[in-house]
Amino acid sequence: MTWAALLVAAAVCYGIKLAGLSLPQRFLEDPRIQRTVPLLPVALLAALIATQTFSSGQHLVLDVRAAALGVAAIAVLLRAPFLVVVAAGAATAALLRLAL
Amino acid sequence: MGLNNRRAILRDALGIAVATGAYALSFGAISVTAGLSIAQTCALSLLMFTGASQFAFVGVIGAGGSPWAGAATAALLGTRNALYGLRLAAILSARGPRRFLASQLVIDETTAMAIARDEPALSRYAFWVTGAAIFSLWNLGTLIGALATHALPDPKVLGFDAAPPAAFLALLAPRLRAREPLAMALAAALLALVALPFVPAGVPLLIVAVIVVLYGVRPR
Repeated sequence: MTWAALLVAAAVCYGIKLAGLSLPQRFLEDPRIQRTVPLLPVALLAALIATQTFSSGQHLVLDVRAAALGVAAIAVLLRAPFLVVVAAGAATAALLRLAL
Repeated sequence: MGLNNRRAILRDALGIAVATGAYALSFGAISVTAGLSIAQTCALSLLMFTGASQFAFVGVIGAGGSPWAGAATAALLGTRNALYGLRLAAILSARGPRRFLASQLVIDETTAMAIARDEPALSRYAFWVTGAAIFSLWNLGTLIGALATHALPDPKVLGFDAAPPAAFLALLAPRLRAREPLAMALAAALLALVALPFVPAGVPLLIVAVIVVLYGVRPR
């Protein structure tokens, strides 16, 4: 099932790119579409961060991942490069699990 | 002049490609930690080739969600590429088979590199060299990250399960400079957590997407 979903998602993502190069310009220039499309990544990324940090299955939890996210946020505020942000988050979780 | 400009574009393209290659290492590692096979991980980078969507797909599966919820989230995150294509269509004027090839390379980085040029010929050059360089190193980085993580006995010991939220935060941060996106991000995070105990994994994201679309297209 993972393969089927993967291939369908890849095909849809490709179709979206092809549509941008192919559709009549006026369709994508609709102000409602111009307004909505940039908001989607912001909302979905924020929702992903929240659900992956504060949940285990269908339960809300508070564990070392919250601290990992906090450290990652500090790294972002300090304008650290992408890999440093990711490594800081992962290392925080790993070290806290060792310590606790 | 033309030569120098092309040289500068090539240098920038390679710099961006090296950075995204490093980012791909973390994608490969996170994907294998989430339970995808090496082949599935590499197929995502080859066929989907749009970073945030790939991270979301493996992120939803890693959190126990259905692959179809992951697919829907990945597709929604990919919608911005249609707007990039709209801006690039006039510059590239790619027809026939070239358009099908160009489409796969329509992502954040190639768009930024192409629209930064004054001359259409340089824009096209920037698009193609940036696309080719990133596509190569993105897939190479994915393979190396996946193979290296596959060799580890338990990737969670290294905290790789905490890496996706950190990666999403780094992706999200540059978009939060204005007030509306910041408020949108906080509201979306809260809404997803409120919905989480009541619906299957992955579905809170789809609820958020529906509400964002309703907000975006509302009459004003």
